[in-house]
Amino acid sequence: MTAQTQYYVPHGSHWPIVGSVALFMTFVGLSAMLNEASFGLPLMGAGIAILLVMMFGWFGTVVRESEANAYNDQVDRSFRWGMFWFIFSEVMFFAAFFGALFYARTFSLPWLGGEGDGAATNMYLWPGFEALWPSNANGPSQIGGEFRQMGAWGIPAINTLILLTSGVTVTWAHHGLRANRRATLIFGLFLTVALGLVFVGLQAYEYIHAYTDLNLTLGAGIYGSTFFMLTGFHGLHVTIGAIMLIVILARSIAGHFTPDRHFAFEAAAWYWHFVDVVWLGLFFFVYWL
Amino acid sequence: MSAVMVDDHHHDGPDSGIKRWICTTNHKDIGTLYLWFAMIMFFLGGLMALVVRAELFQPGLQFVDPQFFNSMTTMHALLMIFGVVMPAFTGLANWLIPMMVGGTDMALPRLNNWSFWLLPFAFTMLLATLFVPGGAPAGGWTLYPPLTLQTGAALPLLIFAIHLMGMSSIMGAINVIATILNMRAPGMTLMKMPMFVWTWLITAYLLIAVMPVLAGGVTMLLTDKYFGTSFFNAAGGGDPVMFQHIFWFFGHPEVYILILPSFGVISMILPTFARKPLFGYNSMVYATASIAFLSFVVWAHHMFTVGMPLAAQLFFMLSTMLIAVPTGVKVFNWVATMWRGSMTFETPMLFAIGFIVLFTIGGFSGLMLAIVPADYQYHDTYFVVAHFHYVLVPGSIFAIMAAVYYWLPKWTGHLYNETLGKWHFWLSTIFVNLTFFPMHFTGLAGMPRRIPDYALQFTDYNMLASIGAFGFGLAQLLFLYIVVATVRGGERATDRVWDGADGLEWTLPSPPPYHTFTTPPQIR
Ligand SMILES: [Cu+2]
Repeated sequence: MTAQTQYYVPHGSHWPIVGSVALFMTFVGLSAMLNEASFGLPLMGAGIAILLVMMFGWFGTVVRESEANAYNDQVDRSFRWGMFWFIFSEVMFFAAFFGALFYARTFSLPWLGGEGDGAATNMYLWPGFEALWPSNANGPSQIGGEFRQMGAWGIPAINTLILLTSGVTVTWAHHGLRANRRATLIFGLFLTVALGLVFVGLQAYEYIHAYTDLNLTLGAGIYGSTFFMLTGFHGLHVTIGAIMLIVILARSIAGHFTPDRHFAFEAAAWYWHFVDVVWLGLFFFVYWL
Repeated sequence: MSAVMVDDHHHDGPDSGIKRWICTTNHKDIGTLYLWFAMIMFFLGGLMALVVRAELFQPGLQFVDPQFFNSMTTMHALLMIFGVVMPAFTGLANWLIPMMVGGTDMALPRLNNWSFWLLPFAFTMLLATLFVPGGAPAGGWTLYPPLTLQTGAALPLLIFAIHLMGMSSIMGAINVIATILNMRAPGMTLMKMPMFVWTWLITAYLLIAVMPVLAGGVTMLLTDKYFGTSFFNAAGGGDPVMFQHIFWFFGHPEVYILILPSFGVISMILPTFARKPLFGYNSMVYATASIAFLSFVVWAHHMFTVGMPLAAQLFFMLSTMLIAVPTGVKVFNWVATMWRGSMTFETPMLFAIGFIVLFTIGGFSGLMLAIVPADYQYHDTYFVVAHFHYVLVPGSIFAIMAAVYYWLPKWTGHLYNETLGKWHFWLSTIFVNLTFFPMHFTGLAGMPRRIPDYALQFTDYNMLASIGAFGFGLAQLLFLYIVVATVRGGERATDRVWDGADGLEWTLPSPPPYHTFTTPPQIR
């Protein structure tokens, strides 16, 4: 088949409504779980299952259309803009949590410790509380009890190296694709996925270490809250990015993509670089400083 | 890969039956869905407002208990903001932007379908909170902790509903940006785009920048309540005020999300009925962009009384007042557009002029609220309620109605009943002022918002406001009737509809065929 000259407007699709039903079931189920209703878990499970079916179906359709050359350059540009702005929205999502971290360190904790003009909280509610980050960062009530900070130069430093290396390997794979060296493409992608999975594994190990050895939990005041929410959402995004790369790897093995048409590869690679950059922020502001 | 049919598009019409609406990828269908959804939510949210106004007709407790009253103010706001104004503008964007830029459709048609079809589910979840133990959220739409954390079983439903609305808005905004940047006909340069397209481009940017921040903030509420985090708990080193910062970092750009497309609509309608091109097109574009930029650095003007360093108060006061400059440029340009034009006053023009006058009143009261020492008096009073209703009802809502009257003949191929339209305008305008103007006075005299009872001296003004609210509500039934009647029949509209109308959408037949501009139009 030849490339289309006209813009591809698909005729109609049932996948969006399937996705909406799935998200509805997932969220209602989760709400029910939080309110301790017994139907919550099965409802959420069913919702997630339908969501997975939807993603297979929807992305599968797009892949088939793409392989059938239904998309022209203009469609390709639309996809690029879509992915770019999607990543921007993700950046802003992380910005909220980074903002919470900066606010807690710059304002709320020092104010609780008596700094600031007219901050009387310290004097009346918690006299004697000293704002020390991180040791007193679970607040004047020491919520969650004594904990130790997660150091930067153990697993986090290794993970930094891993993610930075994976950024190089995915670029190497891209060069392979551009030069039509399929072996390089597949091996580079394989290395990237492997590094990503090792990263996730090490994060999991670090969490176990935090909970069992350091008494550092999600409930450990603002330190635990910002630590786990930032690293947790990042870990989730690494997992998503790794799944994307696995799909791209499978497609590469199946012979998809050409040296000049491979938007899906680039989208996954952009996403991978995005989680990489977020990680650098985490390494500096959560672990190191 | 054999099952693929690559060319089953662009020459066929819609599916039949309900499948047309559920599976559609057509920007006109999706625009219609958005607009009808907004209409339904408008009446539901309006009903909630009438519960509030009925209770406030007299001092003392008459009809509802205070908890339910608070639920009504909270739900009214959430419905009107996320269920009416935002979907209505997205509906207008869907219908109009592809036609205005000479594109085939929205850039990402399936995603477009999903953006809409998340909304009915999100609002089902939100409305379901009325029936769960503990009642619907009653802590105000601003969701401040710790009050909001006292919500019962409704809290997760509320938060997940907001997540779905956020996803819908972000996907819709991504689609708008991709459409504007990528679907323009050859020759349609950025600075030739109609103002409505420009304002939506900037609105979409704001949406993508701040909806995720709201999502993050409400997620923190959820984990604070159910997973033991301490973001907004001072005992754990957090701060309830931090939520206010996060919320208003979203919230202030959000008010421009609600108003910038209105600016676009007004800038389209005035030139048609003044029969003159828009005055100062370039400065309109730059003013819109400056408003969007400034909207990121003014958020704490909602929190002057919360306790803030003096330097911060000064900064946020001055940056807020600076917004009056680009807004003033816009109002000036609108007036200058009408200046010495050969004007006629059809319904869309009436709504547009009503918008300019009444929105400007809301703008001025906003300027008053920006002044820190004055705000210490006005904060959380009915003056604030008067202010934001002036910018939202005779502001955003009037602009949406102006747009509906202006483009309805194009969409349906029928002319609406001009006499009824004018009646609708005058009834709306009189009653909207009767409702909200007295609130300035009760507010300045110190009547607090979100309270079901009040001191006796506020009675007269509250009675007037309640009468106005019921009148306004009834007048909207007329709007519904006019729209339905126009969809179903009426005098045939010409392609151009208005003799002063200019723009690509008016070169198409009324109603336009299912797919338009499959071959790009010539741009002069
Ligand atoms: Cu504001």
